Amino acid sequence: MIPLPPLAPPGVLTDEAPACDVACFPTPAQYVDLVAAFKADGFEMCVDVCGVDYLEHFDRALPEGVTPTRFEVVANLLSLSKKRRVRVRVQAGSESPRVDSLFHLYPGTEAPERETFDMFGILFDGHPDLTRILMPEDWEGHPLRKDYGVGHIPIQFKEAPGPR
Amino acid sequence: MSDNSRVAERPDRLTGETSEGAQELVQRLDTSRDELGREVGAVLRLDGVTLDPSEVDYERHDDETMIINMGPAHPSTHGVLRLMLELDGEFVLRTKVVIGYLHTGMEKTGETLSYVQGATNVTRMDYLSPVINELSYSLTVERLLGVDVPARATWIRMLMSELNRVSSHLVWMATNGMDLGSTSMMIYGLRERELILAFFEKTAGLRLNLNYVRPGGVAADLPDGWEDDIEVICNTIEERTYEYDQLLTGQPIFRNRLIGVGAITAEEALALCLTGPLLRSTGVPWDLRRSMPYLAYDQVDFDVIVGTYGDNFDRYAIRLNEIRESIRIIRQCVEKMPAGDYRSQDPKVTPPPRARIGESMEALIHHFKLFTEGFHVPAGEVYSAVESPRGEIGCYMVADGGPKPYRIHVRAPSFTNLQAMPLLMRGASVSDAITMISTVDPVLGEVDR
Amino acid sequence: MALEDLQHNFLTAPIEDLVRWARRASVWPASFGLACCAIEMMAAGAADFDLARFGMEVFRNSPRQADLMIVAGRVSQKMAPVLRQVYDQMMEPKWVISMGVCASTGGLFNNYAIVQGVDQIVPVDVYAPGCPPSPETLMHAILTLHEQIRTGEIMKRRAQGTPTHLGHDGGVWTPEVPVTVRVGTPK
Repeated sequence: MIPLPPLAPPGVLTDEAPACDVACFPTPAQYVDLVAAFKADGFEMCVDVCGVDYLEHFDRALPEGVTPTRFEVVANLLSLSKKRRVRVRVQAGSESPRVDSLFHLYPGTEAPERETFDMFGILFDGHPDLTRILMPEDWEGHPLRKDYGVGHIPIQFKEAPGPR
Repeated sequence: MSDNSRVAERPDRLTGETSEGAQELVQRLDTSRDELGREVGAVLRLDGVTLDPSEVDYERHDDETMIINMGPAHPSTHGVLRLMLELDGEFVLRTKVVIGYLHTGMEKTGETLSYVQGATNVTRMDYLSPVINELSYSLTVERLLGVDVPARATWIRMLMSELNRVSSHLVWMATNGMDLGSTSMMIYGLRERELILAFFEKTAGLRLNLNYVRPGGVAADLPDGWEDDIEVICNTIEERTYEYDQLLTGQPIFRNRLIGVGAITAEEALALCLTGPLLRSTGVPWDLRRSMPYLAYDQVDFDVIVGTYGDNFDRYAIRLNEIRESIRIIRQCVEKMPAGDYRSQDPKVTPPPRARIGESMEALIHHFKLFTEGFHVPAGEVYSAVESPRGEIGCYMVADGGPKPYRIHVRAPSFTNLQAMPLLMRGASVSDAITMISTVDPVLGEVDR
Repeated sequence: MALEDLQHNFLTAPIEDLVRWARRASVWPASFGLACCAIEMMAAGAADFDLARFGMEVFRNSPRQADLMIVAGRVSQKMAPVLRQVYDQMMEPKWVISMGVCASTGGLFNNYAIVQGVDQIVPVDVYAPGCPPSPETLMHAILTLHEQIRTGEIMKRRAQGTPTHLGHDGGVWTPEVPVTVRVGTPK
C-alpha cells in the first residue's frame, strides 16, 4: 500500500483498492490527531461514525502493520471544497473496546457515536452523553454484536413446527 | 426509579413503563454546568465562538422552568419522535431528542438477507423516498461487485429517483402546511402524490416501498405509454406548484410564521454535519447530484437551489423549488432515455429469462443458485452516498465473500439532521418548535432504522 | 335486572340498532401512525380514498376522544409500553385495527427489536395485511370493522374479554400490566 500524500500524515498506514476508496488505518493513539489533521486540511464534515464487529471475519484484508482487533470504528469524512471522501478505520480493541470521541472536532458525531455505543458497546472517551439511543434504557446487551442473536422467533402455523 | 423526585407522585405505572432513564432530559438541579452550557453554542466548540455567560442562567431555579414531553405518539406527520423541552413560559430553553421508538434492527436483519433481498429491507428505512434508499444500497453493492449497469437502467433509476423526490417533497409540503394550519395544503399535496404513486404501481407493482432498484439494474422495464403518463404528471404538478405559491408563499401569516425563525449559520450547519435542504438553506451549495455526480446527473441540466438566511422559510422555498427542478430533470429523462436492457446481463448477477429455464440446464442452475443462495460479492468494504430529499444517504457495507452482507450500515440524513434540534429550538416558542420539526423533515424510519 | 340480561326483543332491538348505527357511522380514529403504513393511512384520509364518507376524517390526537386505534406500522420494544398506555387511555367502546403485516405479526422483521404482532399487547379486532396495505385494503378493514359493530354486542367491555390465543381462559384481562412486552432473546 502506498501512503497517499498529502492526504494522510506520515506514519499512518493507508490503502486504496478498487472498491475500497481511500482508507487510513491509524492506531487508537493516532486517531484523533489524524482526524484533526484532515479537518485542518479541508475535510469540513464527518459524515458518519459506525462500528463493525469482525468476530466472524477476523481474517479480513488489512495492510501489514495493522494488528486486527475484534471491533473496528469507521469514520467517514467529507471535504466539500475538494469533493473527496476519506475513511478512517481504527482498531478499537477486542475485550473492552474504547476509542477517543470525535465530538470535540465534529459536534455532529454525537448521535452516531451514541449509536455505535448502543449497538456494539464501544466506549468513546470524551463524549458528553454516552447513553443508549436506540434501545430502551434497561436493555441488556449490544444488539449488533455477532454473538448476539437476531432474536428470531420461529413461526408456527396450526401447531406445525416450521423452519422459519 | 432510584430518585423519587423525578417521577410523578401518583402510582408508578404511568411513568414507570415508559420512562427512558438516562436518555431523558433531567431537571436543572441534577444537570452539570457543562450540560447547561449546551443550551447555547458551547456544544458546538466552534473556533471563535465563545460562550456568552449572560446567555445561560446557571442560577435559574427548577421552579421557574418546566420540562414537558412531546411525543412519541403525537400527530403522525413526522413519526414517533419524542422531544423533551424545558420551557420558560412559552419559550424553549433546552431540548433533548429521544429516539429509538421505531428501531427495527434493520442492520441486523440485513445481515441475514441476501443481496437481492437486502433492497426490501433498506427500502423501508426512509419510507417517503424508498427508491432512493434502494439506489444507495444498489450502488454500494455494485461497487463491491464491480458490475456495470446498462445505460437504460441508469436513466430509469434517475427517472424514478426524481419522481420519488417530487413525491417526498409533496408529502413534506402537505404535512408542513398542516402543521402550520393549512389543511387544504394537506389535501393538495397528497392528491398530487397519488398521480406519482399510480405511476409507481404501474411500473413496479407497489405504491410505496417498491422493491424496484436492485443490484444490477432495475426489476422491470417501464410500461408502455410511460412517456404520456409522465407528461401528464409533469404538467399537472408543475402548474399546481404555482397554486401552492398562491396559497402559501405570498400569504402574510405563513410568511410571518416562517421568516426569520430557526436561523442557523453555515458554520454551525457544517459543525453539526447537516446535509440536504438544511445545509443548502444556510448558503452552502452542496448537492451530491451536482458535486459528486452519480448515475447520469452530469448529463442533465438542473439548478441547485440555495438559500440565504438559513431560516424556515428558506427551507420551505428550497423544497418547493426542488420540486420544479426535479420536474425539469424528469422531462430531460423522457427525452434522453436510451433503449437497451433494464438490467445487467451478467449471468452471475441477473437470473436468466424464465423462458430459457426450460431449454438450458445452465440457465436452470443459475436461476436456482441465484434465488436460493444469492450471488456472492467479493470481500471488501465501501461507502457510497446519494442525495435523498433529506440529505446525504449513504451505505457502508462490509462484504466477506459470501451471499449475505457481513455488515450493512446506512448513514441516514435525518439521524444527523436531528442533532440540529437543540440549536434550532433555543429561544423559540412552542408553536415555532412545531414548524422547526417540520422543516427539518425527519423521517423516523431512517432515524431509528 | 342487569342490562346484559335483556334479550334482543322487540322493545330493545331498535334501540340497539340505533346505538350500533351511531357507533359505526362515526368511528373516530386515534392517530397512531408509526411507519410506512402511516403514510398510507394519511393517503386513505386524503382526497382520492376519502375516509370522510365513513365519518372518519377526524383523526383525534387525544386518545380520550378516539374510538378506534389503527396501529399503522411496526411496534418496537421501546414503543410497546407507550402503545399500551395510549390504548388504556381510550374510552370504551374501543376497537383496534392492526394495519400492515408488521403490526399484525411482526412482518418482514422477525428480530429482537420488533414486537411480533401488536396483539401481544392489545386485543385486535381486524387485521389488515399488506406491506403497506393500499388505502383500499385499509378501507376494506374498516368496513369489516363496521360490519362487526353492526352485528356485535353493544355492552361488550374490553376489560373482560381476553384474547384466547394467549392461553387465558376467560379471566379478567388486567389492562395495566402488559403480558408480553419484551420479546426477542439473545443467543
